[in-house]
Amino acid sequence: MASRFERLHAPLITPLTLVLAVIAAAAAWFIYLRFQLGLGAIANINAGYPWGLWVVVDVVIGSALGCGGFAMALLIYIFNRGALSPLMRPALLGGLFGYSLAGAAVLFDLGRWWQFYNILTPWHWNLNSVMLEIALCVFVYVVVLWLEFSPALFERFGWKGLRQFAENWMWLLIALGVVLPFMHQSSLGSALVVLGHKLDPLYNTAFLPLLFVTSAIAMGFGVVVVEATVVSHSFRRASEHALLVQVAAVMAWLLIGWTLFRWGEVAYRGALGGVLAWSGATVSLWLETLLALFAALVCLSGARNDARWLFMAGVAVLLFGSVYRVASYLVAYHPVGNYSYFPSFPELVITIGVIAFEVLAYLVFVKVFPVLGAHGAAHPARK
Amino acid sequence: MLIDSTLCIGCQACVDACREANGVVMDPTPNNFEGWNAAQTWDIAQDLDGETLNVIRLWRSGNATVKDAEEDGFAFGKRHCLHCVDPSCISVCPVQAMTKDPVTGIVGYDPDACIGCRYCSYGCPFGVPQFDLNSAFGQINKCQMCRHLQAEGKIPACCDVCPTGASLFGPVDLLQAEAERRLAATPGSLMSFPRGDITQDRPRHEKAVPHYIRQTYGEHEVGGTQVRYLSAVPFESIGLPKLDSFAPSRLSEGLQHTLYKWMIAPVLAVVGAAWLVRRNRVAAERDRGEEV
Ligand code: SF4
Ligand code: SF4
Repeated sequence: MASRFERLHAPLITPLTLVLAVIAAAAAWFIYLRFQLGLGAIANINAGYPWGLWVVVDVVIGSALGCGGFAMALLIYIFNRGALSPLMRPALLGGLFGYSLAGAAVLFDLGRWWQFYNILTPWHWNLNSVMLEIALCVFVYVVVLWLEFSPALFERFGWKGLRQFAENWMWLLIALGVVLPFMHQSSLGSALVVLGHKLDPLYNTAFLPLLFVTSAIAMGFGVVVVEATVVSHSFRRASEHALLVQVAAVMAWLLIGWTLFRWGEVAYRGALGGVLAWSGATVSLWLETLLALFAALVCLSGARNDARWLFMAGVAVLLFGSVYRVASYLVAYHPVGNYSYFPSFPELVITIGVIAFEVLAYLVFVKVFPVLGAHGAAHPARK
Repeated sequence: MLIDSTLCIGCQACVDACREANGVVMDPTPNNFEGWNAAQTWDIAQDLDGETLNVIRLWRSGNATVKDAEEDGFAFGKRHCLHCVDPSCISVCPVQAMTKDPVTGIVGYDPDACIGCRYCSYGCPFGVPQFDLNSAFGQINKCQMCRHLQAEGKIPACCDVCPTGASLFGPVDLLQAEAERRLAATPGSLMSFPRGDITQDRPRHEKAVPHYIRQTYGEHEVGGTQVRYLSAVPFESIGLPKLDSFAPSRLSEGLQHTLYKWMIAPVLAVVGAAWLVRRNRVAAERDRGEEV
């Protein structure tokens, strides 16, 4: 069975990978200090803002950035767009690292991390807790992602039997890989419903789960566009532009629908009065809207034929989803009492370091394992 | 527990007693007072934090001369856990570290279960439970109504020492009746206020009835709380936000339980997805002229 994927033949150690490694090492040092000295010594989280950068960026945004595999699987296997399958494995790899590191970030964010395993023991479970659903679901999904990706590893090591075994069960893994993210990405929105008066009316709605999961899918497409453009450009591989344009069109309609629903819902609840006031929540709402519409416009107009514009649209979608998440969890969140929060330097270094590590691991993997679509086989028309 | 802000004289005896009863460390140096309190002779926790379970906070307006007046007045607010009837902290905690005692209704905390996710802190409508961020092995701290003292037949330290009866302990229904008695009295007339424990016969405290806001805070807020408040200035001023009468945790729990009832929807979704995946993969591979 010929593989449809190939590995990238390029040196492992380059200036870029070295820089990434240095940033990741700096983060590792601060993580060590966090365990030595406690959360307060490293992070600016406080009595009013118990959740800070690590929860919101590393876990909430990080996992949404890992939705490439989820979004592509939806499109390819559920909506039957098989032609897009060369984009699948790289997207899956991005998801693998996005999620694995979101899970790892939880460990240094948890205040009582040494009791972490309590969440895996059923006699501790509180079935009312949204957090429980998120934790267990993400945990299972990380395992599913690794299994989904395992054929690439087996291919590399030439373990044909195992590869065939994994392929035989792939339908189940893919199905789980489509359903699980629906569950926890929407729960990341449900998690905020309990805030009640602490969340700004522009953001607080019973539709939070829907808004979260759909924006995560849009971000998944955004990641695929950005990642494929960067990889083909920087490694001078044949461009996958033709496929990306198709993805972009789906993404654009999703964004338009999302934005219309978002504004309609705010209007329906009679919360529109606040949209012209000068507040963090209002600014974020406008920013989200502008970013989404910019991306949609590019993806539906002639500009999408230019790889650079398409790339920018992808970045805009990632920013859109990130602004929405930061706003929901921090900016539109009103603590009881006068508190403010801005991440500290070590907090930032850790977050950036985790991302650097993620990119580094991605680069190593595409060079060591067959991840990227093999061009001859990917486009039957060109054979 | 019934907290009557108009009776509070701001003596902080309850804050001190709480610290002693619960082994809370001192919190002597708010940043803006550093020079003044350089010798750290004063303990002035400004708000609840990872160690402090109870604070009295001063609210002031204008030149702050008249007690319990809205204009040019001042008042004292007491901040600690309200022991909600339907607590958000319990609803959100993934590992059942927060529990409500079926008899006393005390919302208690079990550090051996807690993983330190701080969702209880984030979700509590009053911002009460706090994680001790100063320790490498911290835990959540919040008022547990001195359940260790109650187990010995004593009452919570703050109510025990309060000289005016501003913090009053007792069964919620008796306290609610007492609150209604105060609200019904004519402002200005002399009234006697019980102290310590409403079921005990401690010497009472006599005082003119103030101009109460005509509401017992906590009777309905977030589905009711076991700590209730009376005040003559708006409750928001003394740190008690305006809240609906339903518990937002009901909404999130309702959402979760509808979506995940018996896991039927997720299982059906996996089955449906699996069926589509099998069909579409075969089609995709056939198009490409490959074997599956
Ligand atoms: S006031 Fe906060 S900590 Fe206390 S029971 Fe209610 S939700 Fe829990
Ligand atoms: S910090 Fe502890 S008590 Fe609070 S929600 Fe998390 S696990 Fe529960």
